[in-house]
Amino acid sequence: MIKELHEKLIKGETTSVKLTEEYFEKIKNRDKEIQAYLTLTKDLAIKQANFIDEKIKKGDEIEILSGIPVAIKDNICIEGIRTTAASKILDNYIAPYDATVIKKLKEKGAVILGKTNMDEFAMGSSTENSAYQITKNPNDIERVPGGSSGGSAAAVAEDEAVWALGSDTGGSIRQPASFCGIVGLKPTYGRVSRHGLLAMASSLDQIGPLTKTVEDAAIVLSEIIGEDKKDATSAPSFDKRYENYLTGDISKIKIGIPKEYLEKGLDEDIKNKFQEAIQQFRKLGAEIKEISLPHSKYSLSTYYLIMPSEVSSNLARFDGIKYGLRVDDKESSGFKENGIPRTLFETYLDSREYGFGSEVKRRIMLGTYALSAGYYDAYYLKAQKVRALIKRDFEEAFREVDFIFSPTTPEVAFKIGEKTSDLLKMYHSDIFTIAANLSGVPGISFPIGKIKKDGKDLPIGGQLMGKWFDEEGILNAAHTFEINYSQPI
Amino acid sequence: MLSAKDVKHIASLSRIGIEDKEVEDYQKNLSTILDYFKELEEVNTDGIEPIGHITGRDNVSRGDLRVEKSELERNAILDNSPEKKDDYIKVKSVL
Repeated sequence: MIKELHEKLIKGETTSVKLTEEYFEKIKNRDKEIQAYLTLTKDLAIKQANFIDEKIKKGDEIEILSGIPVAIKDNICIEGIRTTAASKILDNYIAPYDATVIKKLKEKGAVILGKTNMDEFAMGSSTENSAYQITKNPNDIERVPGGSSGGSAAAVAEDEAVWALGSDTGGSIRQPASFCGIVGLKPTYGRVSRHGLLAMASSLDQIGPLTKTVEDAAIVLSEIIGEDKKDATSAPSFDKRYENYLTGDISKIKIGIPKEYLEKGLDEDIKNKFQEAIQQFRKLGAEIKEISLPHSKYSLSTYYLIMPSEVSSNLARFDGIKYGLRVDDKESSGFKENGIPRTLFETYLDSREYGFGSEVKRRIMLGTYALSAGYYDAYYLKAQKVRALIKRDFEEAFREVDFIFSPTTPEVAFKIGEKTSDLLKMYHSDIFTIAANLSGVPGISFPIGKIKKDGKDLPIGGQLMGKWFDEEGILNAAHTFEINYSQPI
Repeated sequence: MLSAKDVKHIASLSRIGIEDKEVEDYQKNLSTILDYFKELEEVNTDGIEPIGHITGRDNVSRGDLRVEKSELERNAILDNSPEKKDDYIKVKSVL
């Protein structure tokens, strides 16, 4: 879709301003119901669109993303724009700088429409943990769009943006992409700079695209990769153009199916569609092989130890002093802490009590406990060791096969409110996606079919995981599947 | 299960104020998740080196340099603070 729009722009069949205004019109008409956006950045968008139109008029060459409207998850900083991470604690926060990905997008001429809703600080699997609004799934507005990048996924699925950026810590790009019937890519850890992404769990977070086609995901990835001095974990890149690797040929590749993923808790309808997709990959010439990821059953518990531990440390910065919300309710909490003056301590307690939502507080407390004296070895250290074993599983699997294929989620999009009272059920939603974050490998979710529920067609996503830094491989395999079998959304 | 005293201690360490009526909920919810972690005990991790992140890179350092910012940039930072005095963020007294 990006390529087609790019062609139209350079041929003069439309202008960037016209395109941008069309999208704001769509947002105006549809977003009252879908509620994908938290903030619109119309001034910024029109300014950028005008700039691109001038360039085209002058006959200058423009970049592939130039003039094309994009939505940005609200945990990615844009200079001068409110950035809340869907939290009350950042309700009045105006980002003083651009995230590295935003800097790149601005340089490439992308037109930023606004900031999208999400679970508060990206903690959640349904976008219901937003402090502001409930985003609806465009396929059935009684259902969640997934999360935490639910606003980005819904905006793309409803065509309120051509594409969007999200972030993925345990599945937060791939799971909502699957629920909404679009494409979502989590690159290898280190592929894309995290500078300017509000940190949730730093060893797991990664920024990536949500798009309507696999080709679009490849195009966007080519534009946002790169080593960055401001992110010490970012990896060197070689200006690869991922779209050039989409050959549509997967006849010599080996795809592994992890037997542990099919054992329990998988919805029957999803299982059937998944088996169909395996047959389709076979028809395309791929060799299918059963593999084992023996420690995959421990991914969820390992993740729910490591992630909150990192969360508790990262979110310590929200203290009601430097920026964000400050609350002083003047009442004594009854807590005493040696070495900290009472008034300062009470400001911390009050600001964080009123500023954070319940899931965020729970995770901070869980992490604080897991890292506290006497429990560190039993919890955090143990989880780091199991993480090493999970990574080793992938190393061994990738000696036998090129890619690993699974459903993206164990079930289709669930109803709003269905899982909010059962934490472990909600966490279970990420069971197939979190291993890619723990091991760092890239993963892509793409539509493999639909099932009917309550008279609505609900999308199902398949996930391909690849070797470290082999985004081109999984993109090509997903692309080959898409051009042969997917129905247009 | 975590005791009420445990929960209050964790909340205090986390710098999060909690109401008495919330304590029981936290006891239940946190304990459910902590119980879930018990399954990790069955994994044999003898001789396994823990990993904190997957890149295998060592520390990356930069010079400790002072960077001059424009007034505009300084104000963008200062304007986000809940309380300021002149060109400074005001912190509550710590002594």
